[in-house]
Amino acid sequence: MHSPRTYLLLALFVGLRAFGNLSLALGTKRFPEALSIHPAAYLGAMLDPFAAAGIIMLILAIFARMAIFSVADLSFVLPVTAVGYVLAALLGHVILYEPVSGERWAGAFLIFAGAALVGSTPKNTTVTDRVGQSR
Amino acid sequence: MKWVLLSLMIAATAASDLLQSHAMKREGNVTETRAGLARLPQILAANREVILSIVCLAFSFFAFMALVQAEPLSFAVPASAGSFVVETALARVVLKEHIGARRLAGTFLVLCGVILVAR
Repeated sequence: MHSPRTYLLLALFVGLRAFGNLSLALGTKRFPEALSIHPAAYLGAMLDPFAAAGIIMLILAIFARMAIFSVADLSFVLPVTAVGYVLAALLGHVILYEPVSGERWAGAFLIFAGAALVGSTPKNTTVTDRVGQSR
Repeated sequence: MKWVLLSLMIAATAASDLLQSHAMKREGNVTETRAGLARLPQILAANREVILSIVCLAFSFFAFMALVQAEPLSFAVPASAGSFVVETALARVVLKEHIGARRLAGTFLVLCGVILVAR
């Protein structure tokens, strides 16, 4: 059975990851040095407000996903949260003016269809839910 | 260089997800109560598998930062979904998850969609 709380956490994770990645991209694209050539430049890049905001959102996304993993299979979570890739492409198009072709929109449709199909399967096939544990 | 970064990111992401999924299933359902959700930072700080998963995630993250600076976001993010195949196979073998026909078909659709989006 899929509880509303699980879907809320899934939506929260997808949103945090998409906007976190976007903010990170905005921050790193403004940074002049090539990060792959100068690893020390990572710290400097993190001081950029957009990059910092992106990192905070991605850390919160980690917590959301940890919570989801406590009640759902990895093979369930991966495809369902793939709708975030569509959101990322959309944000890249609208905010970063990156081109989105017809092929990409077709891909977005397939991702939604696949995520819906996986979302209709039992979310946990390995163990029964153990509620609470407020140690 | 972009393919090296992408490969590093995929391997690190797969390791991180497997470790985190395994650890959190063992911790039990934390989503039902506020006390359960409040335990997440404690789990993050104390559970060895979760800590190791975060180390792997850090490798993945730095590879992503380098990749996203050089490539469009609309390539970098979908291309990282190459880990789907590896992770779904490992979820069945290592985590003993039951991957039925519907879940497999849905995952295949998502993979095809991600490949199209990444082109």
